[in-house]
Amino acid sequence: MLVGELLAHAGMDEGKEVTWLPSYGPEQRGGTANCAVVVADEPIASPLLTEPQSAIVFNRQSFDKFAPLVAKGGLLIVDSTLVESRCDRSDIETVYIPATDIASELGNSKFTNMVLLGVYLSKVGPVRLDSVFGALEVYLTGKKSSLIEVNRRAIQAGIDYVMTKSDSVG
Amino acid sequence: MSEKVLMKGAEALAEGAIRAGCRYYFGYPITPQNETPEYMSRRMPEVGGRFVQAESEIASINMVYGAACAGVRVMTSSSSPGISLMQEGISYISGSNVPCVVMNVMRGGPGLGNIAPAQADYFQAVKGGGNGDHRRIVLAPSSIQEGVDLFVDAFDLAEKYRMVVMIITDGLIGQMMEPVEFKTTVDVSTLVTPEWATTGRHGRTHPNIITSLTLDAAGLEKWNLALQRKYADVEAAESRLEEYLMDDADYAIIAYGIMARIAKTTVKLAREKGIRLGLLRPITVWPFPRKQIQSYAGRLKGSLTVELAYRQLFEDVQLTLCDRMPLGWYGRGGGVVPGPREILQAFEEQLLKGR
Repeated sequence: MLVGELLAHAGMDEGKEVTWLPSYGPEQRGGTANCAVVVADEPIASPLLTEPQSAIVFNRQSFDKFAPLVAKGGLLIVDSTLVESRCDRSDIETVYIPATDIASELGNSKFTNMVLLGVYLSKVGPVRLDSVFGALEVYLTGKKSSLIEVNRRAIQAGIDYVMTKSDSVG
Repeated sequence: MSEKVLMKGAEALAEGAIRAGCRYYFGYPITPQNETPEYMSRRMPEVGGRFVQAESEIASINMVYGAACAGVRVMTSSSSPGISLMQEGISYISGSNVPCVVMNVMRGGPGLGNIAPAQADYFQAVKGGGNGDHRRIVLAPSSIQEGVDLFVDAFDLAEKYRMVVMIITDGLIGQMMEPVEFKTTVDVSTLVTPEWATTGRHGRTHPNIITSLTLDAAGLEKWNLALQRKYADVEAAESRLEEYLMDDADYAIIAYGIMARIAKTTVKLAREKGIRLGLLRPITVWPFPRKQIQSYAGRLKGSLTVELAYRQLFEDVQLTLCDRMPLGWYGRGGGVVPGPREILQAFEEQLLKGR
């Protein structure tokens, strides 16, 4: 949810059109909690993502639900610490990254989402990295502002992983 | 402030109401619009307004009735089952000729249903609900920005015609976020207390009495006829329609609110295939933009009505177009929201095949 908000906010700051649509039912408390983000240069008609160009999945249930939906030629990013499954689709690119392990090394598995966001930004980049860093400062204020630096490092760790040892299947 | 901010629909609409001069909010929580009362509870004290979480929806609407009688900008919001509970109050407010705004963030029904997006309260909003011959102006935004902008119109229209203005939206617009700009801020110090308001006699010779009770039949008929004249004025002056890519269109999708927005993508998909499809989007569903839509009779080869309900909007389309063009219909219920391709498929099956 936060990763989606950061993307939407960064897009807005760049003058792009954005929508952020959450799952707001009981799944918000776990399972396949998700949000759909559209970043576009033109006004957005449908905010639904029936065929997302990219999906970032954080757990097994979300892998099962969203991997089949990714549009042909699209991108699937998987936290391989928590998801053992492998995607059997050959018409999309899949990136496996032990994001939870990397985040734990940075101090807390709560930064897993930022590691995965880093992967997404280096692979797709609909918004600039500095815009995302700017959005972090909007969301992490007051006491939480001390967390900006470690979140930035987690995003950078995701980017570095793609550059150096990404286990990508496409 | 005129720069864009990223806000959730239910919060942006609350801020839109405050910018439109609303200073009194009475409500009771229900998903998917809980962020509206939550936001109001925080913002109303900041702007010198009043927020009350009532003990029920019935209490909320009657508090709205009371504040409306005092001539202030007042609103409530709820979602489908909560709006059902408010129908008695809405009828009383309508029968009393006082203005207010009611927002319904529609969810799946009937009954408790679920919290997913729906448009199944169309009949309730447009045709009925409470007892007696009364109408509401019903505005149906298809984006958060439009909802914010329409709040200013909602209060202006409510006061101009002394009637209930209802804003109908859905869980999807309520829960999504998009950038929004607050273009207008009404200066509440410029708002004048109407002469009919029940705020004390202040030296006036006669008392102001507001009631929906008229025991004498002839008297009540006269009162009804006055209401009917007012509704006729609204129908003549206030209907609104967005026409999207209609200049060269052979076919039209007719939809409102979130479904119109999703159908815009369907229109683009159809045009990529060389089908000249456009969109007719009622912004007011009452008064229904009958004349504007009728002007397409004879110019179109057909239309597909799309809604998150079962043949409710479609009934108004049928009343408007009768047999003057082939009329297709595609609707989903229970909180299921179809994507642009499903709508295109329904369009092709119903209006293109075998023709």
